[in-house]
Amino acid sequence: MTTVDVVSDAAVVAKRNLIKIKRVPDLLVFTTLSPIMFVLLFAYVFGGAIDPSGGGAAYREFLIAGIFAQTVVFGATNTGAGLADDVKKGIVDRFRSLPMAPSAVLTGRTLSDVVNNVIVLVVMSITGLIVGWRIHTGPLEALWGFVLLLIFAYAISWIMAWLGLLIPSPEVINNASFIVIFPLTFVANTFVPLDTLPGPLRVFAEWNPVSSVTQAARELFGNPSPNPSAAVSTAWSLEHAQLYTLIWSVAVVAVFAPLAAAQYRRAASR
Amino acid sequence: MDVAIEVAGLVKRYGDLTALDGVDLQVPRGTVLGLLGPNGAGKTTIVRILTTLLQPDAGRATIDGVDVLANPREVRKRLGLSGQYAAVDEYLTGFENLDMIGRLYHLGRRRSRERARELLAQFSLTDAGDRPTRTYSGGMRRRLDLAGALVAAPPVLFLDEPTTGLDPRSRTEMWGVIQRLVADGTTLLLTTQYLEEADVLADDIVVIDHGRAIARGTSDQLKAQIGGERLELTVSDAGRLGGAVDLVTPLGVAPPVADEHRRSLTMPVTGGVKALRQALDLLEAAGLEVDDAGVRRPTLDDVFLTLTGSTTRDDEAEQTEEVGAA
Repeated sequence: MTTVDVVSDAAVVAKRNLIKIKRVPDLLVFTTLSPIMFVLLFAYVFGGAIDPSGGGAAYREFLIAGIFAQTVVFGATNTGAGLADDVKKGIVDRFRSLPMAPSAVLTGRTLSDVVNNVIVLVVMSITGLIVGWRIHTGPLEALWGFVLLLIFAYAISWIMAWLGLLIPSPEVINNASFIVIFPLTFVANTFVPLDTLPGPLRVFAEWNPVSSVTQAARELFGNPSPNPSAAVSTAWSLEHAQLYTLIWSVAVVAVFAPLAAAQYRRAASR
Repeated sequence: MDVAIEVAGLVKRYGDLTALDGVDLQVPRGTVLGLLGPNGAGKTTIVRILTTLLQPDAGRATIDGVDVLANPREVRKRLGLSGQYAAVDEYLTGFENLDMIGRLYHLGRRRSRERARELLAQFSLTDAGDRPTRTYSGGMRRRLDLAGALVAAPPVLFLDEPTTGLDPRSRTEMWGVIQRLVADGTTLLLTTQYLEEADVLADDIVVIDHGRAIARGTSDQLKAQIGGERLELTVSDAGRLGGAVDLVTPLGVAPPVADEHRRSLTMPVTGGVKALRQALDLLEAAGLEVDDAGVRRPTLDDVFLTLTGSTTRDDEAEQTEEVGAA
């Protein structure tokens, strides 16, 4: 098995997953519709309360990076559900009977989910621009902000890949990940500044990687807190949000890629 | 003898349940072996081990001379697998499914496309080739799945219950497709629950039950072993069934089995139609009225009844258990 085979096999599998987006556009519509709904709900229901002086305009700028982070984390569920579905339908059996690189099923899946996230981020950015979100920094910084979000999402995909193979039922995966992802994306700085949270919850939120990737994106897009007078968190994870996000993402891939690979061999050989 | 598939002492356990209990098989090159058995007998487990999807607990196997356990990747280049349910991607078109498999066999972009079109034509799917497969009928999906197994023109082919769940017409079509493949010299291992299917397609049959090979031979040899055809008679008067049994017993190769409730008897015979005429003559001479009479070919149930003393239906509890464990 040459390196060329490993890469081209992953590309073939990724292409196969992407064709599904083309054939079932409803899937993409519904993955983007709920974050758009979140933008509108939070911006216009909570916006005025959190940021009364500006009529919610500053809050909307603050909100968008949080919604981006939440959306890509939720999007990672697709990785798990997609793999679970492939195991269930016997497609993984077919793959495993072929002389292809065994890694390609997993890398192809996580790579196609990156493409999926790019499309979702584009749709979300346009929605953001419509409700008044702006990038106040340079193009390179903004681009790095998006790349950081994608790296983070890629890492979460590997956790979901492992889960999807551990629990090969697409329905269970969707429900199970919901109860983990919901607190993870809410007990964070995604929708509110952290200074109002009570002690232990605040520490959790500060070290929650969803907070750090959100913070990093806000820095890189130049979107400040709607409440400049509030106490700023001094946690290392938020002061070095970009570095913490990267360390966390690399660590997650280092742990969960081998776990997922082992589970792939096991799941399919029962 | 040039052997394409060789299996010795294969054992597979799931906890306390022994799915395979020492199976030996030999398939000469260019021939068809039918593994015949009820659900849960261990047929699929054998196929999964031979196609490198599952590790056995003991035993060894070679495909085309290559050791399955020591060199799975080399083995995968030499085999094609079409599983129990059609493993085609429902969002991809037929062409895209086959093209993808070609790429994953590393045939190259151009050759993969050519091969995909060739196979679509060969399996009468050219018109449907550019439609997503979720619009296909069950028979079309099975044909596409089989085409997928043939992309790399492998010398050894495994078909796990290729016609289970198909309607009779699709089944006959599928048999035709498989017969043409075998005529081209492919070695085939086929699992089936249908005696008729093994009869039509296989050169040799191995009957599997509870993870063991309980009988083997050609279809004729097996039928001779279980007594060939069955004579079935239904009398009008349940009270005279016993008399009918006494009258026809000398015509059978084994005593008849009577069913009071259905007023019928079943008996293995040789020379079916002749035995039927003699039986009817005897009953008429005795003034016994007959409602229904016929000669039928032995079924899988008859094979199991004769070989194991129980019918396939008795195995259903265990079948659920094995599926659960798997």
